[in-house]
Amino acid sequence: MAKVPKPSELELQHELPKTEWMDTPSVFKPGNFSYPGKAKNLKVLGLANPREWSPNDQDWKLPADWKNIVLEGLRERIDKYRTLKVFMDICVRCGACADKCHFYLGSGDPKNMPVLRAELLRSVYRKEFTLAGKIMGSMVGARDLTEDVIKEWFMYFFQCTECRRCSLFCPYGIDTAEFTIIGRELLNLIGCNIDWVVGPAANCYQTGNHLGIQPHAFKDMLEFFVDEIEAVNGIRIEPSFNRKGAEFLFVTPSGDVFADPGTYTLMGYLMLFHEIGLDYTWSTYASEGGNFGFFTSHEMMKRLNSKMYAEAKRLGVKSIIGGECGHMWRVINQYMDTVNGPADFLEVPKSPITGTTFHNAASTKMIHIVEFTADLIKNGKLKLDASRNDHLKVTYHDSCNTARGMGFFDEPRYVLNSVCNNFYEMPANTIREQTFCCGSGSGLNNDEFMEMRMRGGLPRANAVRHVNEKFGVNTLSCICAIDRAVLPTLMNYWVPDVSVYGLHELVGNAMVMEGETERTTDLRGEPLPGMEDNENEDI
Amino acid sequence: MGIKFSLVAVVGLILAAYIGVTAAGLSHFFGVSMPYLAMILFLGGFVYRVLKWGRAPVPFRIPTTGGQEKSLPWIKHAKFDNPSTKGQTFVRMALEVLLFRSLFRNTKFEIEKGHKLFYQWEKWLWLASLTFHYCFLVILLRHLRFFTEPVPFFVHGLEGLDGFLQVGLPGIYITDGLFILAVTYLIIRRLIIPQVRYISLPQDYFPLFLILGIGLTGILTRYVYKVDLIKVKTLTMGLISFHPVIPAGIGPIFFIHFALVCTLFAYFPFSKLMHAGGIFLSPTRNLPNDSRIKRHVNPWNYPVKVHSYAEYEDHFREKMVEAGLPVDKELEEAPSASAKP
Repeated sequence: MAKVPKPSELELQHELPKTEWMDTPSVFKPGNFSYPGKAKNLKVLGLANPREWSPNDQDWKLPADWKNIVLEGLRERIDKYRTLKVFMDICVRCGACADKCHFYLGSGDPKNMPVLRAELLRSVYRKEFTLAGKIMGSMVGARDLTEDVIKEWFMYFFQCTECRRCSLFCPYGIDTAEFTIIGRELLNLIGCNIDWVVGPAANCYQTGNHLGIQPHAFKDMLEFFVDEIEAVNGIRIEPSFNRKGAEFLFVTPSGDVFADPGTYTLMGYLMLFHEIGLDYTWSTYASEGGNFGFFTSHEMMKRLNSKMYAEAKRLGVKSIIGGECGHMWRVINQYMDTVNGPADFLEVPKSPITGTTFHNAASTKMIHIVEFTADLIKNGKLKLDASRNDHLKVTYHDSCNTARGMGFFDEPRYVLNSVCNNFYEMPANTIREQTFCCGSGSGLNNDEFMEMRMRGGLPRANAVRHVNEKFGVNTLSCICAIDRAVLPTLMNYWVPDVSVYGLHELVGNAMVMEGETERTTDLRGEPLPGMEDNENEDI
Repeated sequence: MGIKFSLVAVVGLILAAYIGVTAAGLSHFFGVSMPYLAMILFLGGFVYRVLKWGRAPVPFRIPTTGGQEKSLPWIKHAKFDNPSTKGQTFVRMALEVLLFRSLFRNTKFEIEKGHKLFYQWEKWLWLASLTFHYCFLVILLRHLRFFTEPVPFFVHGLEGLDGFLQVGLPGIYITDGLFILAVTYLIIRRLIIPQVRYISLPQDYFPLFLILGIGLTGILTRYVYKVDLIKVKTLTMGLISFHPVIPAGIGPIFFIHFALVCTLFAYFPFSKLMHAGGIFLSPTRNLPNDSRIKRHVNPWNYPVKVHSYAEYEDHFREKMVEAGLPVDKELEEAPSASAKP
C-alpha cells in the first residue's frame, strides 16, 4: 500500500496542465490506481484475458485484436443503450458538471471533470462513428483508439464512483455513470479490470457473498453477534438460516457481517426483527445484498443479483426485505425487476405488524428495511428511548445511490429523528440529492487507492467538519455498507473525532425491548449517558 | 486553436456571401439554392438524428432522482423532481425544457486554505442561457412576418411588446440587445473560465460565433443599412411558395445575414445543437421513477450464466450439514456430488 500524505501535506491545486488533455499522458502513481484483477478471479467469472499484469507495465498483454474487440463492443452498446447513444451527441460542454465531481474537487485533475471523463470515450466514438470525426480528426475532438487511450480509460473509469452527482446538474441529464459503467464493460472485454471489483464478484458468485464467507462461517458469525446482544441487554435472539416457509427473506450486504461498524448495524437488524417477532430467514446462498457485478458489467450485475429472487422462490417466502446499502438499492430499484423479474411468485410486501402494504414495491416485492422500520415507528409499534443516543450528536450522510438512484431521503430522517435527540443536517448543497460521495464507492474502497479516496472524500468530509465545528457533531450516520466500511477511514483522516454509525445501530440502541435487562452500554460497549459511573465501578 | 478556427470559419462565410453577391453574381445561390439546401439538411438531419436515437432501446429505467421518492403515504413526495407517474414526468420535463431546472441548481466551488470547500451562488450561466434561448425564440417568431401574408396577430403583438421602449426609428427591440448580451456572455465565459476553456472544442466556439454573427448582421440590416423589407419579403415569400424570385436592390448585408442563418440551419443536425432534440430523449430525465412499482421490460434481456443454489449446495453440503444448516439433499442422497471446497 502506498504511503498517504498527511492531510496537511496533501497538495490541492486546480491549475490546468499546459498541454491539451489529449496530449497529457496518464501517469500511474502509487495511490491513484487500483491493482488489476487477478487471473484466478477472472477465471471464476469467465471473464476475458485472465493474466498477471500491472498498470505500471509498458505492455498490458492485451489480446491481439483488442482494438477490434473494443470498437465492436462500443458499436454494440451504442445500439443497445439509448443513454449512451444520446449522451454521445448532445453534450454542449457548458461545464456545469465540472466542479460537481468529488474526484475533481479533491484531485484537481481535469480529466476528473465529468465532461472530460465522458470525452475520453466520446473522442473515440467521433473518430470511429462520425463522418466529421473521420475527416477532421482532432479538430472536432476525435482521436484514434490506441493503447494509451485504453490506459487512460482504465485510470479514469476507475477514478469515478458512478455517484451521478454530475448528472443532477447537467441540463440534459447526461449521466457520467453510464460512461463509466459502459467504459468498464469495454475494458472488461479485453481483461482490464481491478481486483477489488472482480475479487468480491468472484466470491459472491461462487460462495454467495463478496467476502467469501462460507455457509457455516456465516452462521457462526451471526451467532457471535447474538452473544454480543445478549451481553448488552440479556436477550437471546435465535435467527434462522435457509428456512423454507418463512414469511420474509432478509438480504443485507455481507460487509455488515464482517467488520465494524457494520456489525453493530447488523445487531440492530437482529434486535428489531426479534422484538417485533418477524417470521423471517437469512440465507447463506443469497448472503450478499451488494453487487460488485454492477461495477463490472450489466451482465455481471444480473448474474449476481439473480440469487435474491432464486432464493426467495426456493424458500417459498412471501417477500424480501433488504438491508442498508447504497448500490444494492440502486440495483434493486432500477434494475432487478427488469433483469431478473418478474417476481410473480412473491406477494406485494405487507408489514405483518402494522398491516401496511408497500405499494411502492408492488412489482419488485422487495422493501427497504428503513421504510419498514419507519412504518413501524409511525404506527407506534416500537418502544424507543432516544435518550440512549444522547451521547451522540448525529449528522446523516445520504449515500449516492439511494439519493440519486431512488430518492430515499425522508424515510431515514424520520427514523433518525425518532431514535436520537441531537440531529444536525450538513449544508443543503451537500445532502439529499446533492449529496457528496464517500469517495470510495463502485469498488474503489481498496487500500492501494487510499490517496485518491481521501481526496475524493474531501467534499463529504468537509461538510462533516462544518457541522462538527458548528454543532459539535461526533456521529456520522448512514444507510450504506460501503459507507460504513470507508467513512471511518475518511473521518479519521479529515475529521478525527467523528465516528460512523449505521442507522439500525441507532435503532438498536434506542429500542426498549420486551424483557431486556437494564442497559449500561450501547451496542459498542460504550457507556450510555448517565451510566458512565457504573462503567467505572466495573473496571 | 479552436477559437481561431471557428472565428475564421465565420468570417470566411461572411466574406464568401459578400463577394458572392457583389462580385460573383451568386445572388441566386445565396438567395435560393442555399436556403433550400439548408432546410433540406435541417429537416432531414433533425428527423434522421432523432429517429436514430429513438431506435436505440431504453433497457433500464435510470432516472436521476432529484427529490423524495413516492413512498409511504405520510411521506411528502417530491412529485416533479422525482416523478412516479407519466403526468409528473411531463411536468419535470417541462420544467427542464422551459426553465432549465437542472442548470438552475448550478453552484461554483471555492477553496480556502486548510482544505475548506465552499459552494457559491452561480446562476449567471442559467440566466444567460435562458435569456439567450428565449430571445432566440422571440426573434424567430418575429421573423414569421417575412413568411406569412397576412402576418398573424401574435407576431404583431410580439413586435409591439418587444419594441415597447419605442426608442429610435425603426424601434429598438429589447430581445435584440439581450440576445447579443447573452451570446457575448456565453463566449466570454468560455474564454475566461479556465476549466471551460480547457474542455472547449472548435464545435463549441463555431456556433457561438455564427449566432453572434447572425445577431449582429441582423441588427445591421435593420438599423444601419435599413434594407428594403418589402423586397426581402418578396424574396422570402417566393421561397416559401416555391416560386423563388430575387428582387434587385437588396443590399449585400441581407445576403450575409441570410447565409449565416442558412449555415446555422444546415449545421444544426450535425452538431451539439441537437441537444434541443436530445433533451427530450434523455433517459435520466424523461422516465418516471417507478421501477419498483411497475415492471419494465428490456427488449434485449438475455439469459446469463448463474451459480444455482443446487451447485452451491453441492459445493458446501458437508459443511452445511455439519453446521446444522438445512439442505435440499442430504449427504447420503448426493454423496458423489459433494466436493470439498
